[in-house]
Amino acid sequence: MNEIQEERLRQNISAAFYRHGLLCASYPVPIILFTSASILTCCYPLLKLPLPGTGPVEFTTGVRDYSTPSHESQGDLSERPDWYRGPPVAYIQQVLVKAAVSPWDNSLVPVDVFRSPLGRVFSVLEEIRNHVYTDRSLEALCLQVTDLLPGLRRMQAVLPEHGCLLVSPGNYWQNRRDLFDADPDLLKTVHQHEPKGLHTSATLKDLLFGVPGKQTGVNLYSKKRVVTYTITIALSSYDARFVASLRARLKQLHPSANCTLREDHMVHVHFKEEIGIAELIPLVTTYIILFAYIYFSTRKIDMVKSKWGLALAAVVTVLSSLLMSVGLCTLFGLTPTLNGGEIFPYLVVVIGLENVLVLTKSVVSTPVDLEVKLRIAQGLSNESWSIMKNMATELCIILIGYFTFVPAIQEFCLFAVVGLVSDFFLQMFFFTTVLSIDIRRMELADLNRRLPAEAGMPPPKPGPLRPRETPPPPRPSPHTITLQAPAFRNLRLPKRLRVVYFLARTRLAQRIIMVGTVIWIGILVYTDPAGLRTFLAAQVSEQSPLGEAGLPPHLGVAPVFPGGDPTSTLSGLPAPEPTPLPENQSQGHRAAHPEVAPVSSPQITWGPEDEELWRRLSFRHWPSLFSYYNITLAKRYISILPVIPVTLHLSPQEAIDTRHPQDTHHAPPPSIKTSDLQTDLTLYKVAALGLFAGVVLVLLLFCLYRVLCPRNYGQNGVPHGRRRRGDLPCDEYGYSPPISEISPLLLRGHSMDIECLASDGMLLASCCLVGHIRVWDAQTGDCLTVIPNNGLRRSSSSGCWEHRDGWDHISACEAESLLGADFREPGGGAVGGQDVDIFPIRRRTTPARPALFGDQPDLTPLIDTNFGLSPPSQALSSSGFDFGGLVEKAYQEHEPSPTLAFPPSPPPVLPPELPPQNNGDWDSSVWAMELRGNLIATGRSSGKLELWDAVEGSLRCSNEDGVSGITALAFLNNRIVAARLNGSLDFFTVEITKPLGLLQYRGPPGRGSLPPSPCYSSEDVISCQLTRSVQCAHQKPITVLKAAAGRVVTGSQDHTVRVYRLEDSCCLFTLQGHSGGITAIYIDQTMVLASGGQDGTICVWDVLTGSRVSHVYGHRGDVTSLVCTTSCIISSGLDDLICIWDRSTGIKLYSIQQEVGCGASLGVISESLLVTGGQGCVSFWDLNYGDLLQTVYLGQSSEGQSVRQLLVLDNAAIVCDFGSELSLVYVPSVLEKLD
Amino acid sequence: MPRLEEHCWSCSCSASVKTQELSSARWVVCKTAEMMSIITSVLSHAYGSLHSLQSANLIRRGLVLFIVGVVLALVLNLLQIQRNVTLFPEEVLDTLFSSAWWIPLCCGTAAAVVGLLYPCLDQHLGEPHKFKREWASVMRCIAVFVGINHASAKLDFANNVQLSLTLAALSLGLWWTFDRSRSGFGLGLTTAFLATLIAQLLVYNGIYQYTSPDFLYVRSWLPCIFFSGGVTVGNIGRQLAIGSTEKPHND
Repeated sequence: MNEIQEERLRQNISAAFYRHGLLCASYPVPIILFTSASILTCCYPLLKLPLPGTGPVEFTTGVRDYSTPSHESQGDLSERPDWYRGPPVAYIQQVLVKAAVSPWDNSLVPVDVFRSPLGRVFSVLEEIRNHVYTDRSLEALCLQVTDLLPGLRRMQAVLPEHGCLLVSPGNYWQNRRDLFDADPDLLKTVHQHEPKGLHTSATLKDLLFGVPGKQTGVNLYSKKRVVTYTITIALSSYDARFVASLRARLKQLHPSANCTLREDHMVHVHFKEEIGIAELIPLVTTYIILFAYIYFSTRKIDMVKSKWGLALAAVVTVLSSLLMSVGLCTLFGLTPTLNGGEIFPYLVVVIGLENVLVLTKSVVSTPVDLEVKLRIAQGLSNESWSIMKNMATELCIILIGYFTFVPAIQEFCLFAVVGLVSDFFLQMFFFTTVLSIDIRRMELADLNRRLPAEAGMPPPKPGPLRPRETPPPPRPSPHTITLQAPAFRNLRLPKRLRVVYFLARTRLAQRIIMVGTVIWIGILVYTDPAGLRTFLAAQVSEQSPLGEAGLPPHLGVAPVFPGGDPTSTLSGLPAPEPTPLPENQSQGHRAAHPEVAPVSSPQITWGPEDEELWRRLSFRHWPSLFSYYNITLAKRYISILPVIPVTLHLSPQEAIDTRHPQDTHHAPPPSIKTSDLQTDLTLYKVAALGLFAGVVLVLLLFCLYRVLCPRNYGQNGVPHGRRRRGDLPCDEYGYSPPISEISPLLLRGHSMDIECLASDGMLLASCCLVGHIRVWDAQTGDCLTVIPNNGLRRSSSSGCWEHRDGWDHISACEAESLLGADFREPGGGAVGGQDVDIFPIRRRTTPARPALFGDQPDLTPLIDTNFGLSPPSQALSSSGFDFGGLVEKAYQEHEPSPTLAFPPSPPPVLPPELPPQNNGDWDSSVWAMELRGNLIATGRSSGKLELWDAVEGSLRCSNEDGVSGITALAFLNNRIVAARLNGSLDFFTVEITKPLGLLQYRGPPGRGSLPPSPCYSSEDVISCQLTRSVQCAHQKPITVLKAAAGRVVTGSQDHTVRVYRLEDSCCLFTLQGHSGGITAIYIDQTMVLASGGQDGTICVWDVLTGSRVSHVYGHRGDVTSLVCTTSCIISSGLDDLICIWDRSTGIKLYSIQQEVGCGASLGVISESLLVTGGQGCVSFWDLNYGDLLQTVYLGQSSEGQSVRQLLVLDNAAIVCDFGSELSLVYVPSVLEKLD
Repeated sequence: MPRLEEHCWSCSCSASVKTQELSSARWVVCKTAEMMSIITSVLSHAYGSLHSLQSANLIRRGLVLFIVGVVLALVLNLLQIQRNVTLFPEEVLDTLFSSAWWIPLCCGTAAAVVGLLYPCLDQHLGEPHKFKREWASVMRCIAVFVGINHASAKLDFANNVQLSLTLAALSLGLWWTFDRSRSGFGLGLTTAFLATLIAQLLVYNGIYQYTSPDFLYVRSWLPCIFFSGGVTVGNIGRQLAIGSTEKPHND
């Protein structure tokens, strides 16, 4: 009962998902719009949350009605920030002192600019310290500090160690006038505490002077000759009357004329928690893990149009679901108290990308010929149950977490639940829709690509003389294949090179530099140590044509300009310049009186910018000052009281009096030029910095673009076409896999199963059981030549085979007569053409098939021929018909087939006893075939070796020296090696003698002329001489013969492998090591020799020394084929396993289980692509991972014959036999890579 | 920054002090580290001359695991230091990276041993681990492990029992989500037991101490952390053993 209910639930869920998938795929655009709108709506509450960051926050209140805020939050004052509660850490009272020696005269030295003004700080300090207002002294009110941090020993001499926190420039000299007077070099004292290099936090000079370093005026080249510094007092409690009396007292003592600084605002500055390195490292680690997780997840997305697009969509899905969850929680009044940055990675991990990947996988694995809508729907409904189950499980786990009753975990769970739900929502709506769009795009692209390809195909010509028959069958639905970069396991490269390649490939150094620069600029802008912002503001205002009229707005307060102030004339001072900005002022002077400028008296001006001079300090100024006393300002605030201005005018005499004897030794002030240059340089620096930042930004964006958009975006693999052949495999590391389509091209013409296949890259020769040889163009699949079975009969019989054009006609006659016979056959069926299959030979084609079906006619190979489509009589009467198939039937009908007695096992292993030859030689069958240049060498069961011209189809020469059947042939350069059934090995030399009359004329080279293979023109007389015959090469029949790199390797049933030298046919080694007959041998140009035997072992040999390199036990049963790549050995066995071994160590990397009976055929297309034959299909595997990339079905009937032979051509096409047909499969992506 | 100056040191609460020989820990560890480096160099030499890729593979896996252990130990140590969970006496250890150097080394060694032991055990028992064998899952596992550590260090629980129970549940959840094999569970338990024992002995000998021990000398959640650490490292080790032919991906 329960199960039924569950089943019903499953069905309901699946049906619901199906409908939903249909909906999403039908209306993609409205649904994406809807989803985006809902995401934005849900994220809207996030605007209220404060932005993350550690910058301080300010809040301004009036001074008059100030009272210390209470600890309880007051609901009525909504404009108050929530940190504004309780007393501040400290009240900061700054006394801003501006001092100048006035009037200036030429007798003064540069040091006088600041020595006496600085000296006055001690008297002002004294005044402040001793100020008492109604028995309240500073000692009672100020912030008492105890100890400096132990780590700051060098600061001990400078910062106050106990008592009031009162800092001023006087601290440099321990607040003692006598030390100051005795100091020979003030500047050195000031600068000795400055850190070297770039600094981002507050320096000691900033702390003590209380103004930015540039504005102090304490240097030798000051133009203004005004020294500015502050005395900073930290008060622990606020006494308005005391502060007011101090202010009044100081103002009275040192009146600041024309000073209109506002005194009614108090600024409260709240500091966030600072993140130190120690806290940052775990955070960064979690983020690294998060990115690794995302990377490894999205790497699995495959077989889609835009991998990056989908990966991006997946990440967007997860991120926006998180944002939605935070937004929704905020909306319902749950303010996040957790540190968002910390829990974020965990949330992503909990929510996960798995569902998205499962969805993608499920959708792409649906049948490709369905409509997109249906595919989406089907994919969704397939995975609906698992998705729902996962979701329920996760919700349960989170629910359990909720009941731990730990507030933090509860909050996390709440977020996770909302995040999960919104993630589900987004997956269902957003991601599914994106996926449908992607798949639709892929289909469109497939369609586009297929159209030109079909247009390029030559139309099937119905001409009667053309042996090529039926048009290519309707192509099966498009498949895609994704090629992985092959270099992942390229272990042979030296380590050093690999490191270099890695650096070059990832452009690591470049990127690190770029990131570093960006971070540096960010820090620069954030902390503003150089006063960039203010400098820029000043520059802008200076250049503004309105002069002072353009100035006021940027400072934000409504200032009263001193110049316009009539009260300023009341003071005894000369009226200040109307322009308040110092730079401006000096420039104005210089412009007016360039020669008088050095002697012009300094002016002390008070502008609105002096009101809040602390703003120009680093934002870490106050936290670092307090941190020296182990007081943290994190999550607390300080209140900054309005500044008290103090103006000091000193007479030149006073300045001279306070001079230190050494002061006069200082250099005279340099010319104004240098300082001018200085400002200019700063300007240039700023400009250069800006330019650099811009360039970096552009580069960064470009990189981002490159990262986000695949390189072959929209133009499938075109850039790869330019790849050179010699490129190192490492270069293809970042190679984005092109998506391409594979469709087989069926070559028809043989009436019986294909027996032998040979190719030299351009031409392809095939031989069927009957003995017909057909030559095809390996590029286009056109049939070039047909060599009928009995080449000898041509000379002996009527001569109707003299030229190709003739025999089709004759064959028609013969076919007609044959048809009559066909109809007499009992199982023949209605269509005469199918009778061919009555022959028992047919049984051989499918050895895996149970015997009881063997006697049934297998009609599949002829179903698609034209004969099957129209009645035979009609077909024969139409002159434009193709008679190729019938012709061959005619032969079979007329002569008793020589292959009748073939046992149902592969011929080389168990050679059959031939029936008595009644009709000469022509009924012997072809057992071995090789193709080089345009010569086809065939070895017949009668022991005869024949050489045919591949283009013309004529017999060029034959050799009948041996009588035992030729089981294997090797054709290398001009030598042919034939292995015979009796174990002997014959070496032939092909000699070309040109006819005398034609010596000058070199015929056009044959179309298949590859450089190493000889080219024979039709005029040449070719002879084939037996040079040497090794009679007892092996004790038992030779089963395998391979030749490469000047060596001939034979494997026999006598358990040995022999290596011969090709030139002198000398036996070099006899390799013993197998305990069974040899069944497979691999040798290539690099002298790698591997052999596999009936005992299931695979041996790797060193061809040079004859020693065994490694020996592995691989298969249960025969090793049926062996292929090596540079790094691994691939073997297949009778146990239907394909094993991949590491070549150097002999460790089995992995194995692939094949279908029953089709493990024998293998081929390696490139270093990373393996192709295997299966039941009516070929499969492509990624060698690096062992993943099945794709299966290409050769025909419509899925249960067709198995592929027994498979040949990989140079142009990355593969040829395999498919019953009586050949199948040419192109792997276009590999093609692009090779070219 | 002020916190860093306080010379508070945490014990390695990661996959840590597990299988290393105890007693005079510092000296032994120093020697073993030397031995390790010597062995590594010798073996890497041997790798070049001999064709024993198998042992090279083993060493490579061990190295990767060692690095993972070291990095995790450093990071998680920092987490614990921030919360002043463990204390190291000032006279024994001065600064994090100069004096507590043996913690990451121990963790690394332990991680290598455990990570190599897991696939080895799988092979011996004859039940290869098939559950969720992919790097994405491994990354998820590491993230959850770091999260458990984070929780142990940063969350404020009402009492220690609650904290320990929560972490135990989390560790079991980790095992269920990413492992689900009996051998993994057993090895995790063994690891947790041994490592806790070692930690107890280390504390007993005064190498370091916990701020508020509630389980003899250590914190009661320590076994949970060790258990999940063992499972995590085992997960990495298995993945490395499977994907040892391809490039080992480390963060």
